[in-house]
Amino acid sequence: MGEKHTITCLVENHFGVLARIAGLISARAFNIDSLTVSATEDPTISRMTIVVDADAAKLEQVQAQLGRLIDVIEVKELKDADFVGRDLLLVRVVVNGAKRSQLEPILQRFGAKIAEGDESSVVVEAVGKSRALDELIEALRAFGIKKLVRTGRTALERSDK
Amino acid sequence: MPKMKGAQILIECLQREGVDVAFGIPGGANLPTFDALYQSKIKVILTVHEQGAAHMADGYARASGKVGVCLATSGPGATNLVTGIATAYMDSIPIVALTGQVRTSVIGNDAFQEADTIGITRSVTKHSYLVKDPRDMARVVREAFYIARTGRPGPVLIDLPVDATVNEAEFVYPEQVDVRGYRVQAAPPVNPEQVRAAAEAIAKSKQPVIYVGAGVIHSGAAPELLQLAKTLNAPVTTSLLGLGAFPESDALSLGMLGMHGFEYTNLAVAECDLLIGIGARFDDRVTGKPDEFAKKAKKIHIDVDPSSINKTVQVDFPVVGDVKDVLRALLKLAKPLDTSAWLTALADMKRKYPLTYREKSRLLPQYIIQQISDATKGDAVVATGVGQHQMWAAQYYQFNHPRSLITSGGLGTMGFGLPAAIGAQFGCPKAVVWDIDGDGSFSMTSQELATASKHRLPIKVAVMNNEFHGMVRQWQDQFYEGRYAQSTLNPIDFVKLAEAYGCVGVRVEQKDDVRPAIDRAMRVTDRPTVIDFLVEKKEDCWPMIAPGKPHHQMLGTYEMLSKDGGVPQHRRATPDEESKLSLG
Repeated sequence: MGEKHTITCLVENHFGVLARIAGLISARAFNIDSLTVSATEDPTISRMTIVVDADAAKLEQVQAQLGRLIDVIEVKELKDADFVGRDLLLVRVVVNGAKRSQLEPILQRFGAKIAEGDESSVVVEAVGKSRALDELIEALRAFGIKKLVRTGRTALERSDK
Repeated sequence: MPKMKGAQILIECLQREGVDVAFGIPGGANLPTFDALYQSKIKVILTVHEQGAAHMADGYARASGKVGVCLATSGPGATNLVTGIATAYMDSIPIVALTGQVRTSVIGNDAFQEADTIGITRSVTKHSYLVKDPRDMARVVREAFYIARTGRPGPVLIDLPVDATVNEAEFVYPEQVDVRGYRVQAAPPVNPEQVRAAAEAIAKSKQPVIYVGAGVIHSGAAPELLQLAKTLNAPVTTSLLGLGAFPESDALSLGMLGMHGFEYTNLAVAECDLLIGIGARFDDRVTGKPDEFAKKAKKIHIDVDPSSINKTVQVDFPVVGDVKDVLRALLKLAKPLDTSAWLTALADMKRKYPLTYREKSRLLPQYIIQQISDATKGDAVVATGVGQHQMWAAQYYQFNHPRSLITSGGLGTMGFGLPAAIGAQFGCPKAVVWDIDGDGSFSMTSQELATASKHRLPIKVAVMNNEFHGMVRQWQDQFYEGRYAQSTLNPIDFVKLAEAYGCVGVRVEQKDDVRPAIDRAMRVTDRPTVIDFLVEKKEDCWPMIAPGKPHHQMLGTYEMLSKDGGVPQHRRATPDEESKLSLG
């Protein structure tokens, strides 16, 4: 296996595009770690951020195959130094009385906050790089994680790139 | 602006694309389209089965170079097209498939004859459209034809819900096509640096081989290829689909390479110091074991599709661009090479390892194909099914012109031959069209004899009737200890079958009757002829490189077969001077 690569794609914003991309990825047996899609400043265009686990040859194929799709306007690999990449994490953590105070310093360290909560649990919300969120999850395990969801990486190029 | 029904807009656009013939079957969901076609100048060919329609559109496109059009209704009509669309997709053939669809208001409700056609065909089309509003019709049809024929060609499907064809809209014809995700693919700019690097590699080569695929034919670059080969004094081998891109009567022709390629051709590829791949995709049937393929050679790969490059074989000098554009740029830099020692060595290999077969008591398909090649002087359009007969056609018919072989290479679709031959005859009305077929392959779509007969097409079908799925039987003998799991076929009387459809039927059992039967078929001009050749039942197709094996583990070599009565064979029964030289 290879390493993680971040690919950013601009695609036409109409129905069926996600299905085409998902179909291509499964038909060619590429390993995808995550895929996020959202609108852009231009309502006719969506941006996809795809994180793939691939060696150099496979990565070249993924990009070339994506480029063949008529609905894909641009495909680019983002190198580590070239982009700002973030995941969003939402995690429901068990907290009873005294433990709540132990949670505070951890949240501060990771710039996370409590999105909502009740007597027995809270939903922690955090935005950060994938690895930082991995660490946050580890730190929260001690409390007891009831449910967890995170988006894949979404990424934007740094300026002048 | 006058308003027109969606179907009328569709037909108007088809006519502006130059569509003169379309193949298909009407049904509930595409009646408005057929009604509009009925009132147009486009000739509509009713087929027996939708698979036939797709293959006919494909054969039409391969033979004529124009975009083929097929039509089917929703649901089963559309699903029946799928094999044909996939066949065209694998071989990069430009067709446009027009499918009926249930009304937009009931899409997704499991309505009568509803299928998710766009979903089902997504992985076998270059692109597809669902037209929900007749106002989009003209733009979609324009884009579909543009996408089908430009860049790396391929099938495009347009799904047409009933209401999009009966509702009215203003007809505004888009003069320009602009699909922003397709601008580069449509005409990739040639990078001069890549061309220069390739030219430098060529200048250093002493033992070059040019390896050609169908991209040369699609791009119309056969003249440039010939010029390059002559300039470099470089021998040329082709993939199955590349046959015809380079005249096999030429002394520089090495014929076909790969699994059932010639022994000397595969040896030449193994020994070359530079492989110039042009419009070919290094398919597994060509390369065998990819790391062993042309191991001693630096590799140049010229292709319009960047995803073809480094897909199976890593190359040293990629050049992305339309083959014709690249070859023109390359020709400006190419200087003659001294390859005389290499060509002498190759001529020696050809003498030592010729194509061969052993005479048997029954008729041999190879002999029949040699005779067809000779009778037509290699000038016919030859369609084939898939299997042994297809490989023998590739080996023993001498292809000298682009678009003269119509065969399913990538998908390997049995049953392709007859409908593809029909499409080819509509695309090239003056051509002599043969379908070289096997009994197994032919039986899969032989009902289209009704279509050929109705239009009095003078197609000639040569059935190599061995009462086997011959290639399967050969593999079972080779790799499964002769256990013939469902490879034996029930005998069919193809003469009676032909007559039932109003065709001429001829049976041939003796060697002496082969040529007269072929000549007789050539004289029939007002209906199809089917020749039922009762051939040797267990003849094997040699030589062969087993899947995934390197070339030097070839089976059925001249050395092996000559011990058992194999004699060197020419491809034509009466080779002319040039083809003697090329052993072609």
